[in-house]
Amino acid sequence: MTSRVGVVQFPGTNCELDVIQVVEQLGGTAEILFHSERSLGGVDAVVVPGGFAHGDYLRTGAIARFSPVMDAVARHAAEGGPVVGICNGFQVLCEAGLLPGALQKNVGLKFLCEDAVVRVETTDSALTNLTSIGQHLNIPINHFEGNYVCAPNLLDGLRAEDQVVLRYVDNPNGSLDNIAGICNAGRNVVGLMPHPERASDALLGSEDGLVLVQSILAACEERSATISAPR
Amino acid sequence: MMFSVTVQVTHLPGILDPVGATVERALPALGYTNVSQVHVGKTIRLTIDAENVEAARAQCEEMCQRLLANPVIEAFAVSIDDVVPA
Repeated sequence: MTSRVGVVQFPGTNCELDVIQVVEQLGGTAEILFHSERSLGGVDAVVVPGGFAHGDYLRTGAIARFSPVMDAVARHAAEGGPVVGICNGFQVLCEAGLLPGALQKNVGLKFLCEDAVVRVETTDSALTNLTSIGQHLNIPINHFEGNYVCAPNLLDGLRAEDQVVLRYVDNPNGSLDNIAGICNAGRNVVGLMPHPERASDALLGSEDGLVLVQSILAACEERSATISAPR
Repeated sequence: MMFSVTVQVTHLPGILDPVGATVERALPALGYTNVSQVHVGKTIRLTIDAENVEAARAQCEEMCQRLLANPVIEAFAVSIDDVVPA
């Protein structure tokens, strides 16, 4: 069965079409979930894409998290459905409390738009199930607030529970423990600052993002097999 | 009653403040070499219509918890400055 991915669109989101393009390139189907929707319309997975939702006013993701669609996203996450937040989407998921910690301004107050190499730290997540541990991926970053922070005891918990999904090989933004991506305890909600959808074709300079988007589709297939399997 | 309120949002102790750190590094370039412990936060001013000062404060603190601050990395302080004449 073809996996259906819902891509959330807030006012100011600007990467939704790129995500849709890559999902379709990999054989899935994708559709926009407008921020005012109260239902996800039965999609298998949700991607909260990058951009500047609500202008990043107050804090990144602070206003977007109260959008009607986020209640439906939270329910989907609680039921074990795959949810991936990319860049601004990661910030929204943190503000919404679906992922621990927060993202604040880069060290040195520099807006970063460049390639970044990240190392896969766990393959047990909705974003990395088709990768291998230690694999290096070259994926662009494009952010001002990508500096991951959390309380020290929370960081200990993330490490102990293997919830750090991706780490920067050369930390560009001051993130705690070189964190580029994390997952929740259920491993179905993942946030990352790099943009896999922008590393989806050799013409763009890298195809390393494809395996991550493919992993989301694989997580959908695995889940629908589990749900429909006879007990 | 109408109350005039100031909310100060700052980084929690122990959480890196990249803006404060950058300002602190910039000041010596202007010759101010005796400055340390720079922290940059936000000030939010608002007016609230509430039964009394306790109700105004309680609602402001709830608004801080839910929206005005991110309790994961930020602390907040609510001060009720004044009663606005009706």
